[in-house]
Amino acid sequence: MAEVRLSGVTKRFGDITAIGELSLDIADSELMVLLGPTGAGKTTTLRVVAGLDRPDEGHVSIAGRDVTAEPPAVRDVAFVFQQYSLYPHLTVYDNLAFPLRSPARRQPEEEVRRTVHRVAELLHIESKLTNRATRLSGGEMQRVAIGRALVRSPAIYLMDEPLSSLDAKLRAELRLELKRIQSELGATILYVTHDQIEAMTMATRIGILSEGKLVQVGTPREVYERPANTYVAAHLGTPAINLIPAGVLPAPAAPRGTHTIGARTEQLRIARAHNGAAQGLLKRIEHLGDQNHLHLEVGGHNLVTLADPHARWKPGDALSVELTDPTYFDADGRRIQA
Amino acid sequence: MAEIRVENLRKQFGEFAAVKQSSFTVEHGTFFVMLGPSGCGKTTTLRMIAGLELPTQGRILLDGEDVAFLRASQRDIAFVFQMFALYPHLSVFNNIAYPLRSQRVPREEVRKRVEETARLLRIEHLLKRGVGGLSGGDRQRVALGRAIVRRPKAFLMDEPLGALDAEFRRLMCAELRQLHERIGATTVYVTHDQLEAMAMADRIAVMNQGVVEQVGTPQEIYDQPASMFVADFIGSPPMSFLRFDGAVRPGDRRVRVNGAELDVPQQREEVAGKLALGLRPEHVQLADESALRGRVFGAEYLGTTQIVTVNTPHGQVKARVPASRAVGIGDSVGLALRAERLVLFDASSGRALRSALYEGALDG
Repeated sequence: MAEVRLSGVTKRFGDITAIGELSLDIADSELMVLLGPTGAGKTTTLRVVAGLDRPDEGHVSIAGRDVTAEPPAVRDVAFVFQQYSLYPHLTVYDNLAFPLRSPARRQPEEEVRRTVHRVAELLHIESKLTNRATRLSGGEMQRVAIGRALVRSPAIYLMDEPLSSLDAKLRAELRLELKRIQSELGATILYVTHDQIEAMTMATRIGILSEGKLVQVGTPREVYERPANTYVAAHLGTPAINLIPAGVLPAPAAPRGTHTIGARTEQLRIARAHNGAAQGLLKRIEHLGDQNHLHLEVGGHNLVTLADPHARWKPGDALSVELTDPTYFDADGRRIQA
Repeated sequence: MAEIRVENLRKQFGEFAAVKQSSFTVEHGTFFVMLGPSGCGKTTTLRMIAGLELPTQGRILLDGEDVAFLRASQRDIAFVFQMFALYPHLSVFNNIAYPLRSQRVPREEVRKRVEETARLLRIEHLLKRGVGGLSGGDRQRVALGRAIVRRPKAFLMDEPLGALDAEFRRLMCAELRQLHERIGATTVYVTHDQLEAMAMADRIAVMNQGVVEQVGTPQEIYDQPASMFVADFIGSPPMSFLRFDGAVRPGDRRVRVNGAELDVPQQREEVAGKLALGLRPEHVQLADESALRGRVFGAEYLGTTQIVTVNTPHGQVKARVPASRAVGIGDSVGLALRAERLVLFDASSGRALRSALYEGALDG
């Protein structure tokens, strides 16, 4: 395992700049998640580290060695793709053993056996080793695909939305397992996703990408509690943060230059309105089982917040809405440091 | 407006029964969601309602009339497939007008209804545009417009949002639901996504292996699941189960799970053998004094809350606790449960045992 550094990396495809002057340090044993919507440059960044795309400007170094000009094969990286690409005619065992038997990395069969069994145990697929790869469920296939990367001990694992083709439940299970395996192995992983829950729950640090630029890098708690701007704030947390123009709700503590106020569910205090104190109208209650989302209208703006499950409120009720230590943003959407 | 009644519906493909003995009623103006994993028979049921498959057995009543063997075109129903099926060379107006023109509706009437539909969908300003340059959301609205403009008795939708990315799907969910509130047409909607179902449905039918396991409001399905399958399919994360051997009798308010005595809602049945105690994550808290103990396997930060996964000798339990609570992997922790919300299951059949929890509406 080793640290990986991108410095001033730019990659263009024709007129389009996929990533622009991107600099990022990934520490040893860190699970760095790049989060962003389609087209933000996540996968391009991953491919540049892998050596599948050559940057137009900037450098990539792995363990202190500049690898910018090196082909993928000598970079000591392992790539897990979105779609499990297994060899259908081989067993699970042979699929896992494949990378270890390649001419470049040939290992004695005894050692291959040991490694395959260790990884299969880690992924809970020991009982499937003799199965043909095609006779597995989706979740098992994706475990094998991840396992094929794990049999090697590269400087860094590169993972491109490895869980996105799975159903919600399996995704939640594998999320937890992957995190456990990462910390057991002390593996360095660069992981790409558009799923904010994956990023929040798995990452040591999250890098938020927008249009090829890194907007903020920080631990999940840092980016959630102290977002650099409204873009980051809006992309983390469920329900999404409410972005309200200044002046809609009383905010005596708002610093000068406040243009937008960000209020997450824990930054809003809702109560039944007493004579004349009504600020909000309850439009709709969305029952999501564990959480009830209240849809409120406040001064012509729609707010969504979690309901106290014991409050017996109905659509049409007038409610008082109070800000409690919200987040302040300036006219350019940047957070104003308190 | 229409009521759809499905009675003892069965569909066999050769030896394989895709749908076994389904019965349910979709009342006038309801947004009804059929939810289940792939292969559970939900799409087959929908296709029988639409007239695209003939049932092997059973009846389908549309406003009291048995339509099970009528052709699709003779049922006044609009089927919305995965969307985006637009005519690329036609304008938005002509795309929406298409179904009316093929029914030879008079020109003036066509104009009136297309404009009315566009107003409902808030795309009046796009009517003259070609569909080529539209955003994904607007294309989807046009596709919906084409279904709405006929003013059918009912809409049937088969995973219409399946191909969209998560963020856009949430947006369209909210829009579809608002549209439903404006036009109030009976809608049967098929999905495998429980969040989509919970967010949109008036009522949900949960299907598993060709059988409807439960029909109810989202809150009923969540709080009073009929089976372990339903309990496990709904919720993110889903219900956790503590499995143990034991016995309950009517009137019992406690169960013994190994050493720990746990309070449960008052039981109404007599059952002995393999049991499972179902716990929703928000009904589990970490409490050092509790006799029910386990080791922390993982903690997942979600901002406001975190999900803590705890391995116990009886199974893995997930707890939703405030994000401010510090939790270390490997820590030994006690679990405190919210007794009045727990569900006991007969673990061999998977059926929920009747208890005070199942009587009347729940508080919150």
